[in-house]
Amino acid sequence: MAANTHISATCSISKQSVSKNGKALFTGTEASMPGFLVEVYKHFKLNYTRFYKMDSLSKLGWLTSELLLKDNFDKEAYAPAEVGIVFANANSSLDSDVKYMASVADIPSPALFVYTLPNIMIGEISIRNQFKGEAAFFVSEKFDAAFIEQYVNNLFDNNIFKACICGWVDVLGNDYKATLFLVEKGNGAIPFTAGNMN
Amino acid sequence: MAGVYIVSDNITSPIGTTTADNFAQLKNSVSGIRLHNNSMSAKPFYASLFDGDAYVDNAQYTKFEQLLIASITNALEDTSLDIAASKTGLIISSTKGNISLLETEAQTPELNKRIALHTSAKLVSKHFGFTSQPIVVSNACISGILAIVTAMRLIRSGQYETMVVSGADVISKFILSGFQSFNAISSQPCKPFDADRDGITLGEGAGTIILSSNPKYNKGIRVIGGGSSNDANHISAPSRTGEELAQAINASLKEAGLSSSDIDFISAHGTATIYNDEMEAKAITLAGLQAAPLNSLKGFYGHTLGAAGLIESIIAIQSLKENTIIPTPGFNQIGVPTPVNVCTELTSVSLKNILKTASGFGGCNGAVIFSKAD
Repeated sequence: MAANTHISATCSISKQSVSKNGKALFTGTEASMPGFLVEVYKHFKLNYTRFYKMDSLSKLGWLTSELLLKDNFDKEAYAPAEVGIVFANANSSLDSDVKYMASVADIPSPALFVYTLPNIMIGEISIRNQFKGEAAFFVSEKFDAAFIEQYVNNLFDNNIFKACICGWVDVLGNDYKATLFLVEKGNGAIPFTAGNMN
Repeated sequence: MAGVYIVSDNITSPIGTTTADNFAQLKNSVSGIRLHNNSMSAKPFYASLFDGDAYVDNAQYTKFEQLLIASITNALEDTSLDIAASKTGLIISSTKGNISLLETEAQTPELNKRIALHTSAKLVSKHFGFTSQPIVVSNACISGILAIVTAMRLIRSGQYETMVVSGADVISKFILSGFQSFNAISSQPCKPFDADRDGITLGEGAGTIILSSNPKYNKGIRVIGGGSSNDANHISAPSRTGEELAQAINASLKEAGLSSSDIDFISAHGTATIYNDEMEAKAITLAGLQAAPLNSLKGFYGHTLGAAGLIESIIAIQSLKENTIIPTPGFNQIGVPTPVNVCTELTSVSLKNILKTASGFGGCNGAVIFSKAD
Protein backbone atom coordinates (compact mmCIF):
# COMPACT_ATOMS: atom_id res chain seq x y z
CA MET A 1 0.00 0.00 0.00
CA ALA A 2 1.15 3.52 -0.68
CA ALA A 3 -0.55 6.35 1.15
CA ASN A 4 -1.76 9.19 -1.03
CA THR A 5 -1.04 12.03 1.36
CA HIS A 6 0.27 15.54 1.16
CA ILE A 7 1.55 18.32 3.41
CA SER A 8 -1.17 21.01 3.56
CA ALA A 9 0.82 23.36 5.78
CA THR A 10 4.13 23.68 7.62
CA CYS A 11 4.97 25.89 10.57
CA SER A 12 8.30 26.37 12.35
CA ILE A 13 9.32 28.29 15.44
CA SER A 14 12.99 28.52 16.33
CA LYS A 15 15.79 31.04 16.82
CA GLN A 16 13.44 33.92 17.63
CA SER A 17 11.50 33.54 14.42
CA VAL A 18 8.27 32.08 13.11
CA SER A 19 7.83 30.83 9.57
CA LYS A 20 4.91 29.26 7.80
CA ASN A 21 4.83 27.43 4.49
CA GLY A 22 8.40 28.55 3.84
CA LYS A 23 7.79 32.26 4.47
CA ALA A 24 9.09 34.22 7.46
CA LEU A 25 6.10 35.56 9.43
CA PHE A 26 7.69 37.14 12.46
CA THR A 27 11.06 37.77 14.06
CA GLY A 28 11.03 38.60 17.75
CA THR A 29 13.30 40.62 19.98
CA GLU A 30 13.05 38.66 23.22
CA ALA A 31 16.27 36.73 23.78
CA SER A 32 14.88 34.44 26.48
CA MET A 33 12.76 31.53 25.35
CA PRO A 34 9.84 32.15 27.76
CA GLY A 35 9.83 35.83 26.79
CA PHE A 36 9.88 35.02 23.09
CA LEU A 37 6.98 32.58 23.37
CA VAL A 38 4.84 35.25 25.01
CA GLU A 39 5.97 37.70 22.33
CA VAL A 40 4.74 35.32 19.61
CA TYR A 41 1.44 34.81 21.45
CA LYS A 42 0.88 38.58 21.61
CA HIS A 43 2.12 39.34 18.10
CA PHE A 44 -0.41 36.97 16.54
CA LYS A 45 -3.15 38.28 18.89
CA LEU A 46 -3.95 34.81 20.16
CA ASN A 47 -6.55 34.58 22.88
CA TYR A 48 -6.45 31.42 24.98
CA THR A 49 -6.06 31.82 28.72
CA ARG A 50 -4.79 28.25 29.20
CA PHE A 51 -1.64 29.33 27.35
CA TYR A 52 -0.27 31.03 30.47
CA LYS A 53 -0.67 27.88 32.56
CA MET A 54 1.36 25.75 30.18
CA ASP A 55 5.03 24.83 30.50
CA SER A 56 7.45 25.97 27.79
CA LEU A 57 7.18 22.73 25.80
CA SER A 58 3.39 22.88 25.64
CA LYS A 59 3.49 26.64 24.89
CA LEU A 60 5.86 26.04 21.98
CA GLY A 61 3.89 23.08 20.62
CA TRP A 62 0.58 24.84 21.09
CA LEU A 63 1.75 28.08 19.38
CA THR A 64 3.18 26.14 16.45
CA SER A 65 0.01 24.07 16.02
CA GLU A 66 -2.17 27.16 16.34
CA LEU A 67 -0.30 29.01 13.59
CA LEU A 68 -0.06 25.83 11.49
CA LEU A 69 -3.82 25.34 11.45
CA LYS A 70 -4.76 29.02 11.04
CA ASP A 71 -6.27 29.61 7.59
CA ASN A 72 -5.15 26.16 6.43
CA PHE A 73 -7.42 23.71 8.19
CA ASP A 74 -11.10 23.02 7.73
CA LYS A 75 -11.96 21.54 11.10
CA GLU A 76 -15.55 20.90 10.04
CA ALA A 77 -14.32 18.45 7.41
CA TYR A 78 -13.29 15.95 10.10
CA ALA A 79 -14.83 14.15 13.05
CA PRO A 80 -12.84 14.49 16.32
CA ALA A 81 -11.67 10.85 16.13
CA GLU A 82 -10.35 11.33 12.59
CA VAL A 83 -7.57 13.77 13.48
CA GLY A 84 -4.33 12.33 14.88
CA ILE A 85 -1.15 13.74 16.40
CA VAL A 86 2.32 12.17 16.11
CA PHE A 87 5.11 14.12 17.78
CA ALA A 88 8.74 13.48 18.63
CA ASN A 89 11.62 15.23 20.37
CA ALA A 90 15.04 14.60 21.93
CA ASN A 91 14.62 15.86 25.47
CA SER A 92 11.18 14.61 26.42
CA SER A 93 9.93 16.95 29.19
CA LEU A 94 13.36 17.48 30.78
CA ASP A 95 13.00 21.27 30.77
CA SER A 96 9.99 20.96 33.08
CA ASP A 97 11.44 17.98 34.97
CA VAL A 98 14.29 20.21 36.17
CA LYS A 99 11.84 22.90 37.28
CA TYR A 100 9.66 20.38 39.08
CA MET A 101 12.69 18.83 40.83
CA ALA A 102 13.70 22.30 42.06
CA SER A 103 10.24 22.62 43.68
CA VAL A 104 10.61 19.29 45.50
CA ALA A 105 13.15 20.70 47.96
CA ASP A 106 10.52 23.18 49.07
CA ILE A 107 6.94 22.10 48.33
CA PRO A 108 6.48 19.73 45.37
CA SER A 109 4.30 21.54 42.86
CA PRO A 110 1.45 19.59 41.25
CA ALA A 111 1.12 22.36 38.64
CA LEU A 112 4.71 21.66 37.55
CA PHE A 113 4.53 17.87 37.98
CA VAL A 114 1.67 17.50 35.52
CA TYR A 115 3.93 18.85 32.76
CA THR A 116 6.67 16.28 33.38
CA LEU A 117 5.43 14.12 30.50
CA PRO A 118 5.98 15.13 26.86
CA ASN A 119 2.55 13.95 25.69
CA ILE A 120 0.86 16.59 27.88
CA MET A 121 1.54 18.90 24.92
CA ILE A 122 -0.57 16.56 22.75
CA GLY A 123 -3.29 16.80 25.41
CA GLU A 124 -3.17 20.62 25.30
CA ILE A 125 -3.50 20.73 21.51
CA SER A 126 -6.26 18.11 21.66
CA ILE A 127 -8.21 20.14 24.26
CA ARG A 128 -7.88 23.31 22.19
CA ASN A 129 -9.06 21.71 18.94
CA GLN A 130 -11.16 18.80 20.22
CA PHE A 131 -8.93 16.33 18.42
CA LYS A 132 -9.58 12.82 19.79
CA GLY A 133 -7.85 10.53 17.30
CA GLU A 134 -4.82 8.30 17.46
CA ALA A 135 -1.83 10.03 19.07
CA ALA A 136 1.71 9.06 19.98
CA PHE A 137 4.87 10.63 21.35
CA PHE A 138 8.31 9.29 20.36
CA VAL A 139 11.76 10.25 21.66
CA SER A 140 14.74 10.24 19.30
CA GLU A 141 18.09 12.03 19.27
CA LYS A 142 17.31 13.76 15.97
CA PHE A 143 14.15 14.19 13.91
CA ASP A 144 13.76 10.87 12.09
CA ALA A 145 11.73 11.99 9.06
CA ALA A 146 11.80 8.53 7.45
CA PHE A 147 10.29 6.93 10.56
CA ILE A 148 7.60 9.61 10.90
CA GLU A 149 6.70 9.33 7.20
CA GLN A 150 6.34 5.55 7.41
CA TYR A 151 4.48 5.58 10.73
CA VAL A 152 2.02 8.31 9.73
CA ASN A 153 1.40 6.98 6.21
CA ASN A 154 0.77 3.53 7.65
CA LEU A 155 -2.00 4.98 9.84
CA PHE A 156 -3.49 6.78 6.82
CA ASP A 157 -3.32 3.53 4.81
CA ASN A 158 -5.25 1.74 7.52
CA ASN A 159 -7.85 4.54 7.85
CA ILE A 160 -6.84 5.11 11.47
CA PHE A 161 -6.92 8.84 10.88
CA LYS A 162 -7.86 11.15 8.01
CA ALA A 163 -5.72 14.13 9.00
CA CYS A 164 -2.61 14.32 11.14
CA ILE A 165 -0.39 16.91 12.73
CA CYS A 166 3.12 15.53 12.98
CA GLY A 167 6.60 16.81 13.63
CA TRP A 168 9.16 17.85 16.18
CA VAL A 169 8.83 20.03 19.30
CA ASP A 170 11.86 20.22 21.57
CA VAL A 171 12.73 22.55 24.45
CA LEU A 172 15.65 22.58 26.85
CA GLY A 173 16.94 25.62 28.72
CA ASN A 174 17.07 28.44 26.20
CA ASP A 175 17.11 26.14 23.16
CA TYR A 176 13.87 25.49 21.35
CA LYS A 177 12.82 24.21 17.99
CA ALA A 178 9.43 23.25 16.61
CA THR A 179 8.45 22.20 13.10
CA LEU A 180 4.98 20.82 12.53
CA PHE A 181 3.29 19.49 9.41
CA LEU A 182 -0.41 19.24 8.66
CA VAL A 183 -0.88 16.08 6.61
CA GLU A 184 -4.09 15.29 4.74
CA LYS A 185 -5.28 12.74 2.21
CA GLY A 186 -5.19 13.22 -1.53
CA ASN A 187 -2.82 14.84 -3.97
CA GLY A 188 -1.27 18.19 -3.16
CA ALA A 189 1.58 20.37 -4.27
CA ILE A 190 3.83 18.90 -1.57
CA PRO A 191 3.64 15.10 -1.21
CA PHE A 192 4.10 13.92 2.38
CA THR A 193 7.56 12.38 2.23
CA ALA A 194 10.63 12.35 4.45
CA GLY A 195 12.45 14.46 1.85
CA ASN A 196 9.76 17.14 1.98
CA MET A 197 9.89 17.24 5.77
CA ASN A 198 13.66 17.74 5.78
CA MET B 1 -2.07 -8.80 6.43
CA ALA B 2 0.73 -10.53 8.35
CA GLY B 3 -0.25 -12.35 11.54
CA VAL B 4 1.72 -11.00 14.49
CA TYR B 5 2.70 -13.72 16.93
CA ILE B 6 3.93 -13.53 20.52
CA VAL B 7 7.37 -15.17 20.37
CA SER B 8 8.39 -14.84 23.99
CA ASP B 9 8.03 -12.56 27.00
CA ASN B 10 9.45 -11.68 30.39
CA ILE B 11 8.43 -9.88 33.55
CA THR B 12 11.18 -8.64 35.87
CA SER B 13 9.44 -7.45 39.02
CA PRO B 14 9.94 -7.44 42.79
CA ILE B 15 8.05 -10.79 42.93
CA GLY B 16 9.83 -12.65 40.14
CA THR B 17 12.31 -12.51 37.28
CA THR B 18 10.50 -14.64 34.68
CA THR B 19 6.94 -14.68 33.37
CA ALA B 20 6.42 -18.16 34.83
CA ASP B 21 7.64 -17.09 38.27
CA ASN B 22 5.44 -14.01 38.22
CA PHE B 23 2.33 -15.92 37.14
CA ALA B 24 2.94 -18.54 39.84
CA GLN B 25 3.26 -15.79 42.47
CA LEU B 26 0.01 -14.20 41.34
CA LYS B 27 -1.79 -17.55 41.50
CA ASN B 28 -0.54 -17.81 45.10
CA SER B 29 -1.79 -14.27 45.90
CA VAL B 30 1.75 -12.93 46.44
CA SER B 31 1.93 -9.14 46.05
CA GLY B 32 5.06 -7.01 45.76
CA ILE B 33 3.48 -4.16 47.72
CA ARG B 34 5.07 -3.37 51.10
CA LEU B 35 5.13 -0.41 53.47
CA HIS B 36 8.39 1.51 52.89
CA ASN B 37 10.02 4.10 55.05
CA ASN B 38 13.03 5.61 53.30
CA SER B 39 14.58 8.79 51.94
CA MET B 40 12.05 9.00 49.09
CA SER B 41 9.37 10.32 51.40
CA ALA B 42 8.98 12.05 54.78
CA LYS B 43 6.20 9.64 55.66
CA PRO B 44 5.94 5.87 55.11
CA PHE B 45 4.32 4.80 51.83
CA TYR B 46 3.11 1.61 50.18
CA ALA B 47 4.83 0.59 46.94
CA SER B 48 6.11 -2.48 45.09
CA LEU B 49 9.87 -1.86 44.94
CA PHE B 50 12.99 -3.91 44.29
CA ASP B 51 15.32 -4.48 47.25
CA GLY B 52 17.73 -1.56 47.66
CA ASP B 53 20.75 -3.65 46.67
CA ALA B 54 19.22 -4.93 43.42
CA TYR B 55 19.96 -3.22 40.08
CA VAL B 56 22.07 -0.40 41.56
CA ASP B 57 23.33 2.24 39.09
CA ASN B 58 26.85 1.48 37.91
CA ALA B 59 29.31 3.27 35.63
CA GLN B 60 27.96 1.48 32.58
CA TYR B 61 24.22 1.11 33.12
CA THR B 62 21.64 2.77 35.35
CA LYS B 63 19.03 0.78 37.28
CA PHE B 64 16.50 1.59 34.53
CA GLU B 65 18.81 0.22 31.83
CA GLN B 66 19.74 -2.84 33.92
CA LEU B 67 16.05 -3.68 34.28
CA LEU B 68 15.52 -3.43 30.52
CA ILE B 69 18.61 -5.57 29.88
CA ALA B 70 17.61 -8.21 32.46
CA SER B 71 14.10 -8.43 31.03
CA ILE B 72 15.19 -8.59 27.37
CA THR B 73 17.94 -11.13 28.18
CA ASN B 74 15.43 -13.49 29.72
CA ALA B 75 12.86 -12.98 26.94
CA LEU B 76 15.53 -13.84 24.35
CA GLU B 77 16.45 -17.11 26.09
CA ASP B 78 15.40 -20.16 24.10
CA THR B 79 14.63 -18.08 21.02
CA SER B 80 16.82 -18.15 17.93
CA LEU B 81 16.24 -14.53 16.91
CA ASP B 82 18.67 -12.87 14.55
CA ILE B 83 19.10 -9.69 16.59
CA ALA B 84 21.47 -8.10 14.06
CA ALA B 85 19.05 -8.52 11.14
CA SER B 86 17.89 -5.23 9.63
CA LYS B 87 14.26 -6.35 10.03
CA THR B 88 14.64 -7.00 13.77
CA GLY B 89 13.68 -3.91 15.77
CA LEU B 90 13.75 -2.66 19.35
CA ILE B 91 11.09 -0.47 20.99
CA ILE B 92 11.64 0.96 24.47
CA SER B 93 8.70 2.20 26.56
CA SER B 94 9.12 4.41 29.62
CA THR B 95 7.64 7.49 31.23
CA LYS B 96 10.61 8.78 33.22
CA GLY B 97 13.59 6.49 32.49
CA ASN B 98 16.70 7.84 34.22
CA ILE B 99 14.99 10.83 35.83
CA SER B 100 16.29 9.86 39.32
CA LEU B 101 19.71 11.14 38.20
CA LEU B 102 18.31 14.67 38.65
CA GLU B 103 18.05 13.94 42.37
CA THR B 104 21.74 13.22 42.90
CA GLU B 105 23.73 14.79 40.07
CA ALA B 106 24.46 18.38 39.10
CA GLN B 107 22.63 19.42 35.96
CA THR B 108 25.11 19.68 33.10
CA PRO B 109 24.79 19.13 29.33
CA GLU B 110 26.38 15.70 29.90
CA LEU B 111 23.76 14.81 32.51
CA ASN B 112 20.97 16.00 30.20
CA LYS B 113 22.24 13.59 27.58
CA ARG B 114 22.66 10.77 30.10
CA ILE B 115 19.04 11.20 31.20
CA ALA B 116 17.68 11.24 27.62
CA LEU B 117 15.59 8.16 26.79
CA HIS B 118 17.30 7.83 23.42
CA THR B 119 20.65 7.44 25.21
CA SER B 120 19.29 4.50 27.22
CA ALA B 121 17.73 3.01 24.09
CA LYS B 122 21.09 3.18 22.29
CA LEU B 123 22.95 1.56 25.21
CA VAL B 124 20.43 -1.28 25.40
CA SER B 125 20.41 -1.69 21.61
CA LYS B 126 24.21 -1.89 21.56
CA HIS B 127 24.27 -4.37 24.43
CA PHE B 128 22.27 -6.87 22.39
CA GLY B 129 23.68 -5.98 18.95
CA PHE B 130 20.58 -4.60 17.22
CA THR B 131 21.53 -2.87 13.95
CA SER B 132 18.22 -1.06 13.36
CA GLN B 133 17.58 2.29 15.03
CA PRO B 134 15.79 1.81 18.39
CA ILE B 135 12.39 3.47 18.80
CA VAL B 136 11.31 5.08 22.10
CA VAL B 137 7.66 5.55 23.07
CA SER B 138 7.00 7.94 25.96
CA ASN B 139 3.29 8.52 26.23
CA ALA B 140 2.49 8.54 29.97
CA CYS B 141 0.74 5.46 31.35
CA ILE B 142 -0.32 4.08 27.97
CA SER B 143 3.34 3.86 26.82
CA GLY B 144 3.50 0.06 27.15
CA ILE B 145 0.29 -0.57 25.22
CA LEU B 146 1.24 1.98 22.58
CA ALA B 147 4.65 0.30 22.19
CA ILE B 148 2.97 -3.09 21.56
CA VAL B 149 0.51 -1.53 19.10
CA THR B 150 3.34 0.35 17.35
CA ALA B 151 5.30 -2.90 17.01
CA MET B 152 2.22 -4.68 15.62
CA ARG B 153 1.78 -1.96 13.01
CA LEU B 154 5.44 -1.81 12.00
CA ILE B 155 5.43 -5.59 11.56
CA ARG B 156 2.19 -5.60 9.58
CA SER B 157 3.49 -2.88 7.28
CA GLY B 158 6.48 -5.10 6.49
CA GLN B 159 9.08 -2.69 7.84
CA TYR B 160 10.09 -5.21 10.49
CA GLU B 161 9.71 -8.95 10.79
CA THR B 162 10.42 -9.15 14.51
CA MET B 163 10.27 -6.52 17.26
CA VAL B 164 11.52 -6.68 20.82
CA VAL B 165 9.28 -4.40 22.92
CA SER B 166 10.60 -3.63 26.38
CA GLY B 167 9.42 -1.18 29.02
CA ALA B 168 10.57 -0.17 32.48
CA ASP B 169 10.18 2.54 35.08
CA VAL B 170 11.99 3.10 38.37
CA ILE B 171 10.31 4.74 41.36
CA SER B 172 12.29 7.53 42.98
CA LYS B 173 11.61 10.70 44.91
CA PHE B 174 10.80 12.57 41.68
CA ILE B 175 7.85 10.34 40.79
CA LEU B 176 6.63 9.59 44.32
CA SER B 177 6.64 13.24 45.41
CA GLY B 178 4.77 14.21 42.25
CA PHE B 179 1.92 11.78 42.84
CA GLN B 180 1.92 12.76 46.54
CA SER B 181 1.61 16.42 45.51
CA PHE B 182 -1.59 15.43 43.69
CA ASN B 183 -2.84 13.58 46.80
CA ALA B 184 -3.03 10.59 44.46
CA ILE B 185 -1.16 8.03 46.60
CA SER B 186 -3.31 5.56 48.50
CA SER B 187 -2.88 5.36 52.27
CA GLN B 188 -3.23 1.57 51.93
CA PRO B 189 -2.31 -0.96 49.24
CA CYS B 190 -4.49 0.21 46.34
CA LYS B 191 -8.06 -1.08 45.95
CA PRO B 192 -9.04 -1.04 42.26
CA PHE B 193 -12.76 -0.53 41.51
CA ASP B 194 -13.54 -0.83 45.24
CA ALA B 195 -15.92 1.42 47.15
CA ASP B 196 -13.11 2.35 49.57
CA ARG B 197 -10.42 3.06 46.98
CA ASP B 198 -8.42 6.21 47.65
CA GLY B 199 -5.64 6.34 45.10
CA ILE B 200 -2.75 4.58 43.47
CA THR B 201 0.14 2.53 44.78
CA LEU B 202 3.33 2.91 42.74
CA GLY B 203 5.52 0.06 41.59
CA GLU B 204 8.66 -0.59 39.61
CA GLY B 205 9.48 -3.30 37.14
CA ALA B 206 10.17 -4.20 33.55
CA GLY B 207 8.38 -6.21 30.92
CA THR B 208 9.38 -7.45 27.47
CA ILE B 209 7.27 -8.91 24.66
CA ILE B 210 8.83 -10.19 21.44
CA LEU B 211 6.52 -10.06 18.42
CA SER B 212 7.09 -11.55 14.98
CA SER B 213 5.33 -12.21 11.69
CA ASN B 214 7.50 -15.27 11.09
CA PRO B 215 5.15 -18.29 11.36
CA LYS B 216 7.95 -20.39 12.82
CA TYR B 217 7.43 -18.37 16.01
CA ASN B 218 3.71 -19.12 16.17
CA LYS B 219 3.30 -20.42 19.70
CA GLY B 220 -0.43 -19.95 19.78
CA ILE B 221 -1.01 -16.29 20.71
CA ARG B 222 -1.34 -13.30 18.37
CA VAL B 223 -1.86 -9.57 18.81
CA ILE B 224 -4.75 -8.73 16.51
CA GLY B 225 -5.78 -5.13 17.11
CA GLY B 226 -5.08 -1.99 19.06
CA GLY B 227 -5.32 1.76 19.14
CA SER B 228 -5.19 4.99 21.10
CA SER B 229 -7.34 8.06 21.57
CA ASN B 230 -7.34 11.39 23.39
CA ASP B 231 -10.02 12.73 25.75
CA ALA B 232 -9.50 16.36 24.68
CA ASN B 233 -10.88 17.24 28.10
CA HIS B 234 -8.25 17.72 30.83
CA ILE B 235 -4.49 17.19 31.16
CA SER B 236 -4.56 15.46 34.54
CA ALA B 237 -8.11 14.12 34.95
CA PRO B 238 -9.81 11.49 32.83
CA SER B 239 -12.82 11.96 30.57
CA ARG B 240 -16.13 12.47 32.34
CA THR B 241 -17.91 10.09 29.98
CA GLY B 242 -15.40 7.37 29.05
CA GLU B 243 -16.38 7.87 25.39
CA GLU B 244 -12.80 8.25 24.23
CA LEU B 245 -11.47 5.07 25.87
CA ALA B 246 -14.54 3.34 24.41
CA GLN B 247 -13.52 4.80 21.04
CA ALA B 248 -10.05 3.21 21.37
CA ILE B 249 -11.61 -0.12 22.43
CA ASN B 250 -14.05 -0.04 19.50
CA ALA B 251 -11.25 0.81 17.05
CA SER B 252 -9.27 -2.15 18.41
CA LEU B 253 -12.26 -4.48 18.07
CA LYS B 254 -12.84 -3.30 14.51
CA GLU B 255 -9.21 -3.84 13.57
CA ALA B 256 -9.35 -7.31 15.14
CA GLY B 257 -12.56 -8.14 13.28
CA LEU B 258 -14.34 -8.86 16.55
CA SER B 259 -17.47 -7.65 18.31
CA SER B 260 -17.75 -6.93 22.02
CA SER B 261 -19.33 -10.34 22.67
CA ASP B 262 -16.11 -12.00 21.43
CA ILE B 263 -14.08 -10.56 24.32
CA ASP B 264 -13.72 -13.17 27.08
CA PHE B 265 -11.71 -11.15 29.59
CA ILE B 266 -10.46 -7.59 30.21
CA SER B 267 -7.16 -6.73 31.85
CA ALA B 268 -8.15 -3.26 33.01
CA HIS B 269 -5.94 -0.31 33.98
CA GLY B 270 -7.72 -0.06 37.37
CA THR B 271 -5.34 2.40 39.05
CA ALA B 272 -7.71 2.73 42.03
CA THR B 273 -8.07 6.50 41.78
CA ILE B 274 -11.69 7.55 42.13
CA TYR B 275 -11.87 9.05 38.66
CA ASN B 276 -9.83 6.57 36.60
CA ASP B 277 -11.83 3.56 37.70
CA GLU B 278 -15.12 5.39 37.27
CA MET B 279 -14.18 6.51 33.75
CA GLU B 280 -12.90 3.07 32.83
CA ALA B 281 -16.11 1.39 34.00
CA LYS B 282 -18.14 3.87 31.93
CA ALA B 283 -15.99 3.17 28.86
CA ILE B 284 -16.27 -0.59 29.29
CA THR B 285 -20.04 -0.25 29.58
CA LEU B 286 -20.21 2.02 26.51
CA ALA B 287 -18.23 -0.58 24.57
CA GLY B 288 -20.76 -3.24 25.62
CA LEU B 289 -18.23 -5.14 27.73
CA GLN B 290 -19.72 -4.69 31.22
CA ALA B 291 -20.40 -8.42 31.62
CA ALA B 292 -16.89 -9.54 30.63
CA PRO B 293 -14.76 -10.73 33.56
CA LEU B 294 -12.20 -8.07 34.42
CA ASN B 295 -9.20 -7.68 36.69
CA SER B 296 -6.66 -5.06 37.72
CA LEU B 297 -3.16 -6.21 38.68
CA LYS B 298 -2.27 -2.96 40.47
CA GLY B 299 -2.73 -4.70 43.84
CA PHE B 300 0.17 -7.03 42.93
CA TYR B 301 2.59 -4.73 41.09
CA GLY B 302 1.40 -1.23 41.95
CA HIS B 303 1.28 1.16 39.00
CA THR B 304 4.46 0.44 37.05
CA LEU B 305 3.85 3.40 34.70
CA GLY B 306 5.68 2.86 31.38
CA ALA B 307 6.06 -0.86 32.14
CA ALA B 308 2.42 -1.39 33.18
CA GLY B 309 1.02 -1.98 29.69
CA LEU B 310 3.69 -4.62 29.09
CA ILE B 311 3.66 -6.39 32.47
CA GLU B 312 -0.14 -6.52 32.56
CA SER B 313 -0.39 -7.65 28.91
CA ILE B 314 2.10 -10.45 29.62
CA ILE B 315 0.05 -11.70 32.57
CA ALA B 316 -3.08 -11.48 30.41
CA ILE B 317 -1.33 -13.52 27.69
CA GLN B 318 -0.39 -16.09 30.33
CA SER B 319 -4.06 -16.13 31.44
CA LEU B 320 -4.99 -16.85 27.82
CA LYS B 321 -2.48 -19.71 27.63
CA GLU B 322 -3.56 -21.25 30.93
CA ASN B 323 -7.29 -20.37 30.71
CA THR B 324 -6.93 -18.86 34.17
CA ILE B 325 -8.03 -15.41 35.32
CA ILE B 326 -6.06 -13.84 38.16
CA PRO B 327 -8.17 -12.08 40.84
CA THR B 328 -8.02 -8.39 41.82
CA PRO B 329 -6.32 -7.86 45.20
CA GLY B 330 -7.78 -5.00 47.20
CA PHE B 331 -11.22 -5.30 45.67
CA ASN B 332 -14.13 -6.13 48.01
CA GLN B 333 -17.20 -4.18 47.01
CA ILE B 334 -18.01 -2.54 43.70
CA GLY B 335 -17.43 1.21 43.93
CA VAL B 336 -18.07 2.48 40.41
CA PRO B 337 -21.49 3.79 39.34
CA THR B 338 -21.59 1.61 36.22
CA PRO B 339 -20.85 -1.86 37.63
CA VAL B 340 -18.27 -4.04 35.94
CA ASN B 341 -17.56 -7.72 36.49
CA VAL B 342 -14.47 -7.62 38.75
CA CYS B 343 -12.82 -11.03 39.31
CA THR B 344 -12.28 -11.81 42.97
CA GLU B 345 -11.15 -15.43 42.77
CA LEU B 346 -8.71 -17.45 40.73
CA THR B 347 -10.99 -18.57 37.90
CA SER B 348 -10.58 -21.36 35.36
CA VAL B 349 -12.44 -20.49 32.17
CA SER B 350 -11.93 -21.06 28.46
CA LEU B 351 -10.41 -17.88 26.97
CA LYS B 352 -9.91 -16.97 23.31
CA ASN B 353 -9.87 -13.17 22.94
CA ILE B 354 -8.73 -10.73 25.62
CA LEU B 355 -8.58 -6.95 25.87
CA LYS B 356 -5.99 -4.84 27.71
CA THR B 357 -6.71 -1.17 28.39
CA ALA B 358 -4.92 1.82 29.91
CA SER B 359 -5.33 5.56 30.30
CA GLY B 360 -2.99 8.29 31.40
CA PHE B 361 -2.13 11.95 31.98
CA GLY B 362 -2.56 14.12 28.93
CA GLY B 363 -5.97 12.47 28.37
CA CYS B 364 -4.50 9.47 26.54
CA ASN B 365 -6.21 6.07 26.25
CA GLY B 366 -4.91 2.83 24.78
CA ALA B 367 -6.29 -0.62 24.02
CA VAL B 368 -4.86 -3.84 22.60
CA ILE B 369 -6.38 -7.26 21.86
CA PHE B 370 -4.64 -10.64 22.09
CA SER B 371 -6.09 -13.85 20.71
CA LYS B 372 -5.36 -17.56 20.57
CA ALA B 373 -4.07 -18.25 17.07
CA ASP B 374 -6.10 -20.67 14.97
